[in-house]
Amino acid sequence: MGNQYPKRGDLSRDASSRGGESEDSSGVSRREFLKISGASAAAPLLAGSLLAGSLAGESLVSESLVCGSTILAAGEVVPVYGPGPLPMEFSINGKEYKANLEPRVTLLDALRDQFDLTGAKRVCDRGECGACTVLVDNRTVYACSLLAIEAQGRQILTVESLMQRSALHPIQQAFVDHDASQCGFCTPGFVVACKAVLDKNPKPTVDDIRRGLSGNFCRCGTYHGIQQAMAQLALTQKT
Amino acid sequence: MPDYRWPDSEDRSLIGKRVPRVDSPLKVSGKAKYTYDVKRPEILFGKVLRCPYAHAKILSIDIRAAERMPGVKAVHVIQGPGSIIHWAGDDVAAVAAVDEVTAEEAIRAIEVKYQRLPHLVNDAEPPTDSDLARLPLGVDDINEMLDKGVPADELIRQIQREGVTARVSENELDELQTIGVNHAVLDAIRGAFVHPSGEVRRANYRKDPVQIQGEPEQAFAAADFIAEGLYGASAIAHCCLESHGSISEWTDRNHLLVHMSTQNVSGIAGQMAAPLRVPAANIRVHQDHVGGGFGSKFGPDRWGIAAAELSRKAGGRPVRIMLERDAELKVAGARPSAYARVKVGAKKDGTLLAWHSESWGTAGPGAGAMPPIPYVFDIPHQRLEYTAIRNHVGPARPWRGSNHSQAAVITMCALDDLAAKLKMDPLDFFLKNLALTGPMQDVYREEVEIAASLMEWKSKWRPWPKSGVSGVVRGVGFSIHTGGGRGHASDCDLSIHPDGSVEIKVATQDIGTGTRTIILMVAADTLGVPMESIALHIGDTLYPPSGGSGGSTTPGGVSASTRRAAVDARDALFARVASALSAQPEELESVNGTIRVKTDPQRWLSWQEACSKLGAISLNMRGRNPNRNTPPDLTGSGVGGVTMAEVEVDADTGVVRARKMVAVQDCGLILNRKLAESSCYGGLIMGISYALFEEKIMDRTSGQMLNPNMEFYRLAGFNDIPELVVHLMTGGKYDERGVIGIGEPPVISPGAAISNAVANAIGVRVPFLPLTPDRVLTALDSREQLLEKQPGA
Ligand code: FES
Ligand code: FES
Repeated sequence: MGNQYPKRGDLSRDASSRGGESEDSSGVSRREFLKISGASAAAPLLAGSLLAGSLAGESLVSESLVCGSTILAAGEVVPVYGPGPLPMEFSINGKEYKANLEPRVTLLDALRDQFDLTGAKRVCDRGECGACTVLVDNRTVYACSLLAIEAQGRQILTVESLMQRSALHPIQQAFVDHDASQCGFCTPGFVVACKAVLDKNPKPTVDDIRRGLSGNFCRCGTYHGIQQAMAQLALTQKT
Repeated sequence: MPDYRWPDSEDRSLIGKRVPRVDSPLKVSGKAKYTYDVKRPEILFGKVLRCPYAHAKILSIDIRAAERMPGVKAVHVIQGPGSIIHWAGDDVAAVAAVDEVTAEEAIRAIEVKYQRLPHLVNDAEPPTDSDLARLPLGVDDINEMLDKGVPADELIRQIQREGVTARVSENELDELQTIGVNHAVLDAIRGAFVHPSGEVRRANYRKDPVQIQGEPEQAFAAADFIAEGLYGASAIAHCCLESHGSISEWTDRNHLLVHMSTQNVSGIAGQMAAPLRVPAANIRVHQDHVGGGFGSKFGPDRWGIAAAELSRKAGGRPVRIMLERDAELKVAGARPSAYARVKVGAKKDGTLLAWHSESWGTAGPGAGAMPPIPYVFDIPHQRLEYTAIRNHVGPARPWRGSNHSQAAVITMCALDDLAAKLKMDPLDFFLKNLALTGPMQDVYREEVEIAASLMEWKSKWRPWPKSGVSGVVRGVGFSIHTGGGRGHASDCDLSIHPDGSVEIKVATQDIGTGTRTIILMVAADTLGVPMESIALHIGDTLYPPSGGSGGSTTPGGVSASTRRAAVDARDALFARVASALSAQPEELESVNGTIRVKTDPQRWLSWQEACSKLGAISLNMRGRNPNRNTPPDLTGSGVGGVTMAEVEVDADTGVVRARKMVAVQDCGLILNRKLAESSCYGGLIMGISYALFEEKIMDRTSGQMLNPNMEFYRLAGFNDIPELVVHLMTGGKYDERGVIGIGEPPVISPGAAISNAVANAIGVRVPFLPLTPDRVLTALDSREQLLEKQPGA
């Protein structure tokens, strides 16, 4: 599977590539996207080689989208979406959500502003800090760097999905046990990133953990607690 | 007389234990609502137009186009024509609109004309003589110099050089004479040049009066070894993950409701009242959770006032202004820089004799003050010179530990260089001079020894390498620090209701300090009921006021006021139920959800039964800290701590990695061990961050910050964290001192300790933090020259 998502595609980022714009541009990072769409100022959003093209076959852009017109871009006739709001549908934490959103709205803003799922935080809003980390089709994604329009038809999981009724998920419990949150603003992002690490390998090595969490920053300095929490989880997880 | 004293260790059910943070479940589940997460009906989004220049005068502002844009509900000029801008990114005007994008577009439609003024954003170079202000002295300045014990000849030199602001009257001179000012000084004042008014210019540099202790010149002459060096730390940002901001709404023409991200819930209304022309009593401030403050969130800030003004113009609709990340890094506070040329001398055996520092620094237009150097060690003979710099880097704000981390870098690195010159293990050198640390010396001795064994110092320390280094080399270093931490003013209301429920109200905040947890532990321990059975309300001005969370003052403040309220409430309850147990109130105790007779535990009432005897009216008690009428003082002040660092330096690339860090810290009576340890771990980690990565990089030409994002304003990440060891000092003599906060102390020493470890690894000092690869390589390059210049090194 290719690297569809901006950032964090395969958790292989390390400190040296942290925060950098993904080199693999098969995915559409928002910065890239805005750069291009910004060239024509308030012109309709191009959905050409960016969306329909590179993500062809991924049915990211749902069929139901209202597509006003087409445009010739890079030698191809491609549909144009927006600039006004479009009806969109999402599967978030196993539930269906609908909203009318402009194509430029990010997944993060959709989650927070439309669906009141405020666990994912807006900190840098440009793919540098990890506070907005969510899972899209079981892979970590910076929700600030993925357009909502692209997240349609995918399984989106946010930190809010982890608790079962009032019981904390084992990862969350481990965070509590090891005091892995202080102000707590980075915490939801870390919890989700930890889940991705453990989903991939229930007994992660120290290196797996470091690599998997290197895209998230904490200002209060809770890395030690998180490390301890992960160590405990790695011990108790069944392989 | 109620007995407020902290319970003895055997009587503590919760205090001192490792109790999990009570708000952790909310935080790990994403349910905790921060100001940034608050939704209000009909909310409008505010954006701020920021000045692109570091120093400029606003000539005109035209907001008409912005006002006319569809979706724009209000425009407010923050700094009008004539205002002087002192840093790039400063707030000029704000817009409220139906969504963020519209607000951003409106901001771009505002036209501002500026007159650019010269700026200064680089302050690492020492001020030259020509930079130094020629500012005439006022009587106050002269008085201040006299207070500081500036010697007569120095005073005369300065008066003759700078002149005075106004003719000093004979009356004033007489007064000076009566306080013992000698004739030569008085003559100098009489004869000084009087500057015609209006000629005084505001210079970027202002040299403070020299401070002298003892006889530094003679002491240096008597010293066998003298080390000289350059040390410093750049201006850094707070980089709170939740940016600064608020949501303001007028619930009627005279009443404002503010949700604000703040470390000072009780202190905000008073600061908003005057600018908004509304009584503080009419301003309600609310906050459930805050994503970091670190010293930068004590005030409403101009953008907070602007949000309220926009709301007023928009008919009271809620207006949210949360800073974007770039603004957060540019304008929401900077830890002042501090640099110094230091000369320090000792006898052959290592006895410290003399200190001379010429220091300078700041991070803003307010100039700032000298960090407390020499730090911790009261070296007998000192000469201190300081030049305050007014610059255009941003607003200076205290940063976790105020000026202490800069003072530690300057002092502990200079002492470490001297130890290297003496060819002494710095550990022995510090121990040799420990008496200079004053009353805390025994604490330091104990701590240094524990830290050394946790670090395995004796087996790791080697003298500085003599010849060139290459490849990956290791070194160790350490630093010691102090801190205040006395509890701030705090009021706490505690109610016991007839149904047995307990309720606590304090207008404090939990900025990661564990405020909620501490309050509940103290109350539950005192009342003998489970923490879960107590409803705690904080973060709202509806509750009794409590100080801001700065200076490590919160744990002492809230724990003392809670303890007092809980003891009073418990005693009042005892008085109500004593007869039912056929006992005197003093004979009762409350343990494990029961009220029972101490000497006859078979006579007891359940907590519920006891409370039901209150009748219809609840018991309410207010606890206060400080409260000098009813001793004892439950909080203390003054802690000592030690940080040791082991680092690895790649001499070919200049990259530094921390390998192991040890923190040994005392904090008086520990309320919650787990949280106190977290504070130390956090301190070490933030310390690694500012030691190796963090810096506000300013562009000389444009005056702008070049790295206002989280890619290039680098925080330490998960990968940068080495083995961390924390040891807390506990037990009798520490407990006796009462509760002392340690939010700040653990972050003070890591910078100096890491710098010392790097010097130990590569054999040369890297003068300034952060210890970035370029700085390390430059230091390595200059090493040979340095060795030539100082053959004794
Ligand atoms: S990475 Fe999305 S908010 Fe920082
Ligand atoms: S806990 Fe505050 S930023 Fe991580």
